[in-house]
Amino acid sequence: MSRGVSGRLPVIITIVLAIMLTVVPLPEWAEPFRPNWVALTLIYWAMMMPRTWSVGTAWIVGIIVDVAQGTILGQHALALCFIVFFTVRFHLLMRVFPMQQLTATVFALIALYQFILFWVNGVAGIDVPLSSYWGPVITSTLFWPVMMAFLSGIRMRVQHGR
Amino acid sequence: MTSVDTVSRVPALGVRFAALLIVSIVLMVLDHRQNHLQAVRQAVGAAVYPLQVIVDSPFRLWEWIREGTTERNQLQLEVSRLQAERLLTNARLQRMTALEAENARLRDLLEARDQVRDEVRVAEIMAVDANPYRHNIVIDIGELEGAYDGQAIVDAAGVIGQVIETGLANSQAMLISDPSHSLPVEVNRNGLRTIANGTGEIDRLDLPFVTNNADIRPGDLLVTSGLGGAFPAGYPVAIVETVTRVPQEPFADVTARPAASLDQVREVMLIWSAEDQPADNQPAEETPDE
Repeated sequence: MSRGVSGRLPVIITIVLAIMLTVVPLPEWAEPFRPNWVALTLIYWAMMMPRTWSVGTAWIVGIIVDVAQGTILGQHALALCFIVFFTVRFHLLMRVFPMQQLTATVFALIALYQFILFWVNGVAGIDVPLSSYWGPVITSTLFWPVMMAFLSGIRMRVQHGR
Repeated sequence: MTSVDTVSRVPALGVRFAALLIVSIVLMVLDHRQNHLQAVRQAVGAAVYPLQVIVDSPFRLWEWIREGTTERNQLQLEVSRLQAERLLTNARLQRMTALEAENARLRDLLEARDQVRDEVRVAEIMAVDANPYRHNIVIDIGELEGAYDGQAIVDAAGVIGQVIETGLANSQAMLISDPSHSLPVEVNRNGLRTIANGTGEIDRLDLPFVTNNADIRPGDLLVTSGLGGAFPAGYPVAIVETVTRVPQEPFADVTARPAASLDQVREVMLIWSAEDQPADNQPAEETPDE
């Protein structure tokens, strides 16, 4: 348990940072291309430590994102649950994927995420053209290798420290 | 090891996933249909607030530094500009008091209800982005300071939007340019009433229900009519830009440009509408009677 506390704090910090990045103001032209930092972070930790960071975490983080963005309560929670569920389900497979294949998987996961947002918005009557959902999918995929390197660095440090 | 791991974990994972799915869907239905979850939002919002403050603080610091390092002659220029502006406003205000008195007398003659002045308070827009699929902003006044759902927000030039969700120390507001926002307006020149809808573009409003033969032309000022109940009457909203009359259609195609620069303001004013206040005070007034 003691290792749990010391190991969890850095992960929580990365998640909090990701939430902050989702509310940092961007210039108007960059707004539709904001990478989905929260989803990337959660995918990484769910893949590497699926026992600790699973659908429960994803749901709580999703609710926080919903409140921070003023979206329908449960929208991001639902979307994050979905992608983290698939990540945890296939984490052993994803860990041995070569980088290109893993990046392609992340692309699919983020596309699923955006589709769920689109779908919930559609049901709720918030009418936004489908094309505006593609920006985050593309930038998130492009940022995945960087994000993975960064989070791996943190994970190595945590595991050495313990 | 791993096979035991997967066998023992996966059912639990699936069950947890299914449970969370159901909870999410129930939450969304409750939130969307009935707005029952204000308390939940406020509780989580209290946790999010520090993060928003941290994100906002560098922008505030930058503003503060810029103000602190403005050059002396620039400051002097600004002071003289403001003085000139104040003189102008004061002159206008003098006429305004006279007009107000006259208006009150005329209303007396007509036995109309006295118009009460609205109360305003300055709020700052926090430098945090809200829902990317909506035109929302976050302001730094919340329920603790008396903000309420549906409260009107204006700036010096005109209407900005309205509060849609109050947190404890900050609130989310919807701009009038949001596609789901509609605002009852009237043409200032002749009192023609209509509705101004947001379009999703920051500098364009749509007036879908203006009949083809209505007296409206480019350059007309649209002000709030106060009919919707949320907005007090008489605040400038937008200026009519184009009027396209299509002979076959029942309605003309009218667009307008918001009077306030929705994407540039940093300071806005919240209005405690005078018409709302009696409703708030009523319970307090009734209890002494009993």
